[in-house]
Amino acid sequence: MESDQDSPIRLDHLFRQESGRLVATVARIFGLHNLSLAEDVVQDAFSRALEIWKIRGVPENPSAWLVAAAKNRAIDYLRRERTARTFAPEVDRLLRSEWTFSPTVEELFAEGEIKDDLLRMMFTCCHPKLTDDARVGVILNVLCGFSIDEIAAAFVATPSAIQKRIARAKNTLAQSQHLFDVNTSSNFSARLPAVQRSLYLLFNEGYHGASAEFAVRAELCREAMRLASLLLAHPLGATPATYALSALMCFGAARLPARLDSLGNLNALSDQNRAMWNQELISQGLELLSRSASGREATEFHIEAAIASLHATAATIEDTDWHEIVSLYDSLLAIRPSPIVALNRAIAVAHSENAERGLEELRKIQGLSGLSRYPFYQAALGELELRTGKLTDARRHFYAARALARNPTERSFLDRRIWACDDPSHV
Amino acid sequence: MAEFVYLYRGGNRPSAPELQQQILQKWQAWFKSLAEGGHVVERGQPLERSGKLVQAGTKSIIDGPFAEAKDVVGGFTLVKADDVGQAAELAKGCPILDHGGQVEVRPVMHIDM
Repeated sequence: MESDQDSPIRLDHLFRQESGRLVATVARIFGLHNLSLAEDVVQDAFSRALEIWKIRGVPENPSAWLVAAAKNRAIDYLRRERTARTFAPEVDRLLRSEWTFSPTVEELFAEGEIKDDLLRMMFTCCHPKLTDDARVGVILNVLCGFSIDEIAAAFVATPSAIQKRIARAKNTLAQSQHLFDVNTSSNFSARLPAVQRSLYLLFNEGYHGASAEFAVRAELCREAMRLASLLLAHPLGATPATYALSALMCFGAARLPARLDSLGNLNALSDQNRAMWNQELISQGLELLSRSASGREATEFHIEAAIASLHATAATIEDTDWHEIVSLYDSLLAIRPSPIVALNRAIAVAHSENAERGLEELRKIQGLSGLSRYPFYQAALGELELRTGKLTDARRHFYAARALARNPTERSFLDRRIWACDDPSHV
Repeated sequence: MAEFVYLYRGGNRPSAPELQQQILQKWQAWFKSLAEGGHVVERGQPLERSGKLVQAGTKSIIDGPFAEAKDVVGGFTLVKADDVGQAAELAKGCPILDHGGQVEVRPVMHIDM
């Protein structure tokens, strides 16, 4: 764990990590229909921790302290409410008798169990009835301990919209009562792709997302990587696709600090200071990528990770194997046709051949209307026009892109591109 | 040197982990500076926000809280300082002041024999 000089523990990281697994454990006892109660119990334990640690200081093993506090709050609650409420169907009967009450609670809070609880909750959150956005929202809220306001900031949405989305999603989850059973391998494998996809989206929200805050974005990437590592630690979760996904995350995280400079300015790949790329994460990514190369299936994660690895290992933008990248994008388009993938492919074509060819590819993208609100389509047109020396056209596209920019970071990035049109020596 | 009790009153609790982190850090830093100045006698304890109130006469017992939330004592610390002025000055560093709380500084009654 990283630490600042004066604070040996990072309470925010600790709370985020513990909150997910403790809510998952308490929900396993209370039942999924009591999810919000489980969250309250854990919140309450954290508030008490804060009150006590403020004055008494942080205990030696804060993690164990939080587990004990949450367990005690849960026990209080169970004793008080067990006549009025029903809890998880699997344990409800055991909680009603004094003979079995304590052993049941103790067992569910045992160390090894708690780890699986997190995985169980992660799969539960990827319920088939939920949309992608809803899944990512509940994962952030329940598993990562993000408040509604923080999620709203991450998605650049209003807190009330996020509140509604998450409440609706939790309602859907509550109706199923049962947490997802991670011990049945057929269930596990059937839902695994949805889980991988949610983690992928969570990571992308941090990497490409609309939030202007570097800290917020780094946090989203970090959480996605943490949850992905849980998948890797599970025998059924550690599939080639999970390895590829984790590799992809490592390459992205390695480049994140250079993507946004210290002022929060967005840097194009060509302007990034490659010395800032985190070599440790890159080699970790390469290791994961090599482990992903088993089995017959090349998933979209495999291809994206392969593309990212070519960027991550190239010394300069000119040294990059753009030819190979174009052909990887071709394969990606075959699996997942999307205008954004086509856009990235066109940019790779411009590098591998020339700007005119890139423009040609950009103009013939299928489903262009899907990009009508995406600032980087216009930005790509501007970039390539600029390279061919058509400054007026370039400027027009950058202005169009700027009008679509989603945050100040993107706007200032595009402002700099507009200035570059006035002074082509910047190109 | 005389002894004083700090009573921490009110103050709101933010729910976002980053803010909680900041609060904890500030308290740790404040206690550290107090301790380095040799002012901490006993760090004290936090108090539950609810309790009972036993009333005079009838001795009937009623539930707390006894005051408005902003006035409820949430904890105490025993410190020593040259005089109440210095004790109050030191209390200015208490992070509860950034979150709508107050510190009440009360001299421990001292009897000169």
